[in-house]
Amino acid sequence: MSEVIVTKDLTKKYGDFVAVDHLNLTVHKGEVFGLLGPNGAGKTTTILMILGLTEPTSGSIRVLGFDPTRQPLTVKAHVGYLPDQVGFYDELTAYENLIYIAKLNGLPREEADRRIEAALQKVNLSEMRDKAVSTFSRGMRQRLGVAEILIKQPQIIIMDEPTQGLDPEGAREFLDIIRTLRAEGITILLSSHLLHQVQAVCDRVGLFHRGKMMLEGTVDELGRKILGKAFRIYVETPDTTPEIVEALKQVPGAVNARVLNNMTTIEVEATSDIRHEIARSLIAAGGQLRGLSMEAQSLDEIYAQYFQEVEHVRA
Amino acid sequence: MSALERAEVKRLREGSPWTGLWAVVAKEMADHLTSARMRILELLILLTAGGTVYVAMQQIRASIGSDRFIYLKLFTLSQDPLPSLIGFLGFLVPLIAIALGFDAVNGEFNRKTLSRILAQPIYRDALLLGKFLAGLFTLALVFSAIWLLIFGMGLIGLGVAPNTEEVGRLLWFLLATIFYGGIWLVLAQMFSVVFRQPATAALAAIATWLFFTVFWNILASLLAQSLRPIQYGFLEEALAQAELELALTRISPNTLYAEIAIALLNPTVRSLGFVLPFQLEGAILGTPLPLHQSVLLIWPHLTGLIAATILLFALAYILFQRQEIRA
Repeated sequence: MSEVIVTKDLTKKYGDFVAVDHLNLTVHKGEVFGLLGPNGAGKTTTILMILGLTEPTSGSIRVLGFDPTRQPLTVKAHVGYLPDQVGFYDELTAYENLIYIAKLNGLPREEADRRIEAALQKVNLSEMRDKAVSTFSRGMRQRLGVAEILIKQPQIIIMDEPTQGLDPEGAREFLDIIRTLRAEGITILLSSHLLHQVQAVCDRVGLFHRGKMMLEGTVDELGRKILGKAFRIYVETPDTTPEIVEALKQVPGAVNARVLNNMTTIEVEATSDIRHEIARSLIAAGGQLRGLSMEAQSLDEIYAQYFQEVEHVRA
Repeated sequence: MSALERAEVKRLREGSPWTGLWAVVAKEMADHLTSARMRILELLILLTAGGTVYVAMQQIRASIGSDRFIYLKLFTLSQDPLPSLIGFLGFLVPLIAIALGFDAVNGEFNRKTLSRILAQPIYRDALLLGKFLAGLFTLALVFSAIWLLIFGMGLIGLGVAPNTEEVGRLLWFLLATIFYGGIWLVLAQMFSVVFRQPATAALAAIATWLFFTVFWNILASLLAQSLRPIQYGFLEEALAQAELELALTRISPNTLYAEIAIALLNPTVRSLGFVLPFQLEGAILGTPLPLHQSVLLIWPHLTGLIAATILLFALAYILFQRQEIRA
């Protein structure tokens, strides 16, 4: 089974307010899928419906082939959930917090102990096992939240804004954990509005706006769709004549070319990596090549451009 | 599979609502028994029980031998300015029960643990029922300990062993006390579902208790006077008014508990309603009722207490099921 989460025309209304509007989402086994969108776009509601914690108004969901509204226990036994605000019982130790979760999952004591040790090791909290959670930093709580999820050995992990409020170091560590989990073949669905982090770990992203998924695909695909270009190639040359700029513009795959202010660099926007072709046509046109560099499109730009367009259309 | 069967399968939720119940009960009970809040209350009730029983023993010593039910007297005797033990229990039990329940659900919500717990393979049923049972078991544990302590004090202080009749009556009274606590526990838990702030929930529960303690009797009497006015001064009219007033006061769990205490701890009490002189014909006044007759007398009260507990739990359950768990 390659599709682990499938929603069909999923809709959730709170009174007149439509939080999620005919959402069709498919997440494949083993991938990291990022839900992107501004606050209030319906990301958390979608996640709660996938877990069976909120009932959909209409539409259907299948998680690992199970229906979360009718078979919530089976779904919740295989899906780990890290809420946007992870809370623990502060007066209890890390171990006591985890053993409670293990018991709720019906694990026998010995098995639970084994899994707790392994999970704490994985998130680097082994030394904190018997410390009260009240002494934990936000990053440690977040990692303890991951340890809690690992206890049930889930096939899918859903994280709601996992890196929000973490310092850069904490966020980096957390992204490493996500990569480790992915390497183990666990499917991960995460929501965020911190784009560069999403870009760093996600295989595919979905752009949410007003309860609808407007766009879906890899970051490069989105770049092509929204900006028409996904790559920027910088050509350093002293010969920034209009003819050469025009010649570079004619290279297949190039969308636009212009001279930057320093008069020694031409910026070419392209739909794919065409550095080789650019270099060839520059030299063919008689220009000197001093340097060539490229940067991929950042999700920030895609996102900003997209929502600018949306707001523009609405206005 | 026929279409009908498929429809049936689609309608049902899979899995037992009791999954994880005992894990919740064990965790909550451990919390209750180790919390500072509970220790303070235990100390309070220990002092009260010790004090009132000691005072009662002083009085009993003076009149020992003249009474068949001295252990019951330990609960009922009072000496100014100290009220009797049952007087204290009347307000200590609600206080403890409310303290155990007022932050049950909103506490989880405020600690952000609720969504994490409900993401485990359990139903909400298990969480709410688990919290209620843990509270009820804690109440049972505390009161059983107090009861045994009083028996112990009696054995040492009076040197007389309790007879089976006394033990039986006090066990029934223990049961009634636990369920009297159960009502206030479940009420506090219901408010903890309704109100997001634990302090509001606690205040609402205490306000309800105050209403029934202080105002309900006054209100019942006013209601009875206006609904069944005495126009011509007939006996029937006076009787009808008094009966309505009694029925109304019995809506209050405090009244029910007080009447249970009277009937169980005072074996000579034959009726909790009105007795007309002709109904007493042939009765030998001042003779105690056997235990099963006293139990028969309080049976409606006890079932009423338990029924109210279940009804309030059902209400809390419905409210909790409908609640959105997102912040």
